[in-house]
Amino acid sequence: MPGSIRASDTDKALVAAGPRLGTGWRWWARRFLRNRVAPIGFVIIFASVVIAATAPAIAPHDVRVMSPEDALSPPGGRYLFGTDEFGRDVFSRVLMGSRVSLVVAFLSVLTAVAMGTSVGLAAGYYGGWWDSVSMRVMDIVFAFPAILLAIAIMAVLGTSLFNLVIAIGIVYTPQFARVARAAALGVRSLEFIDAARALGMGNARIMRRHVIPNVMAPMIVQISLSLSLAILSESALSFLGLGTRPPTPSWGNMLSDGRQLLELAPWNAVFPGLAIMIVVLGFNLLGDGLRDLLDPRLR
Amino acid sequence: MQRYLATRLLALIPVLLGILAVVFLLIRLIPGDAVQLFLGTQVEMTPEQMAELRRFFGVDKPIWAQFVDYLGRILRGDFGVSLRTSRAVLPDIMARLPLSFQLAMFALAIALAIAVPLGILSAVTRNSAFDVLTRIGGLLGLSMPNFWLGAMLILVFSRYLHVSLGQYVPLRQNPLGTLESLYLPAIALGVAIAAILMRYIRSSLLEVLGQDYVRTARGKGLRASAVMLRHALPNAMIPVITVVGFQMGYLLGGTVVIEEIFALPGMGRLVLQAIFQRDYPVVQGVVLTIALLFVVTNLVVDLLYAWIDPRIRYG
Repeated sequence: MPGSIRASDTDKALVAAGPRLGTGWRWWARRFLRNRVAPIGFVIIFASVVIAATAPAIAPHDVRVMSPEDALSPPGGRYLFGTDEFGRDVFSRVLMGSRVSLVVAFLSVLTAVAMGTSVGLAAGYYGGWWDSVSMRVMDIVFAFPAILLAIAIMAVLGTSLFNLVIAIGIVYTPQFARVARAAALGVRSLEFIDAARALGMGNARIMRRHVIPNVMAPMIVQISLSLSLAILSESALSFLGLGTRPPTPSWGNMLSDGRQLLELAPWNAVFPGLAIMIVVLGFNLLGDGLRDLLDPRLR
Repeated sequence: MQRYLATRLLALIPVLLGILAVVFLLIRLIPGDAVQLFLGTQVEMTPEQMAELRRFFGVDKPIWAQFVDYLGRILRGDFGVSLRTSRAVLPDIMARLPLSFQLAMFALAIALAIAVPLGILSAVTRNSAFDVLTRIGGLLGLSMPNFWLGAMLILVFSRYLHVSLGQYVPLRQNPLGTLESLYLPAIALGVAIAAILMRYIRSSLLEVLGQDYVRTARGKGLRASAVMLRHALPNAMIPVITVVGFQMGYLLGGTVVIEEIFALPGMGRLVLQAIFQRDYPVVQGVVLTIALLFVVTNLVVDLLYAWIDPRIRYG
């Protein structure tokens, strides 16, 4: 878009005009804050992480304690979001549920980044047979609908938090492999790589010093968007009974229970879903904003 | 076009083999013995009987030979036998395939019906209140879990609007009945795709509107509507076709979740039931069928793209 080209030109001019301004974190922070959506996304994510970390302390009720006399109380009064069929506080359970969602999302995306980036960087940088073989394997993983592959992996491995991370991690690996490969391919033929090689730098060092920093921008955007997909996948798997199992509250399994109570006590299904939506929205806003900031070409 | 078709079909072979290998290996990854899995834990057998059964199932051979056997069976349309019902897997899948496929296609139609007009209007009225609201709506649609949206639709329609959610009616019996029984699930499944497509159409159209040839068309005095309909829109919509292709996986995979919440007897419910009953041949069969469906629909989308845009065919 013409607008963005002009923007990046002024940035270059700024950098050229005053090295005092620098490209350090202050400069990035200022640009980040000037973006319309990224700070909102960041605040949402930051708040959810704080809530997840402090959930046991800030939850008004113990999520395991059942008080049958309060079963299915509507929202308001002692129970902000109402109670479920066992009289457990939905608000506290939503707060505690954030832990599973965020932990699984972060760990699975971390897994996908680690696997995908190493495969993709090697494929793009070295090329040759490794490139064709590894990318064919990624194509095959890509040939399965994401959620179906995750369901199949969970069916085989069995339900546990660790398996959930592995299943979602595998599903999102190809995207990172492709992003890393494309970036490495783009950098490989540039002159400064030749220069680095002429100076006697080894492959590992060139990779670390020159290739990886150039992969960072598209990677960060992809990480943020994948986190939103990972949250959705985790909740879908838990909803289907293939993820987190009760009594550990997760937004997915709360929704699964809440569905049985849709007529009687709809708040059991409404609030966990809203929680998912807010966190996913946060990652989407952050991802969109970072894409505008870091990689105007991708728009 | 024939040439393009031939290369595309050839390129499909390794992917198909890969899919089959993954589906085949899926079951090998389960801890424990295949024969034991089949028998369950109750049956006591002598080692000789076990060896006999292993030969019968062909699991005494090396794994590559088993894979070749598996390929042969799949090619002959033999997807194995259900461990629970002892019925052949393929006919059961075929009986449930139409519902899932119709649901996915209906969701796509709804998504396009929402995304195309909104995306175009949003781009044309860039930065207007309408544009901003549409974009916020798009972000919300993108962030909503489809199964939650499904639950909310059920809640609103049955509790507040008192619309009864009927049973699935097969297309051959009564097409209108099919639409009536699938429109809520299709909305639940289609909203996220609508959001993705809308965002894409908007940015694609904005990009095209900034191109030189659009400026030329305007410069030679064409009416704004002619510039839009003849020059901008066709070029903006072409890349949207590929995005539709990418989203087929979401639509086909999403049917599993949506069928569960709307209690629709499609392939998704079949596979979930099979998973909880440890009926692995059925799980294998459904996963394979949906993956093949994904590959085929993707191929159709790519061919459509090449047919519309000659640059792809001859590129």
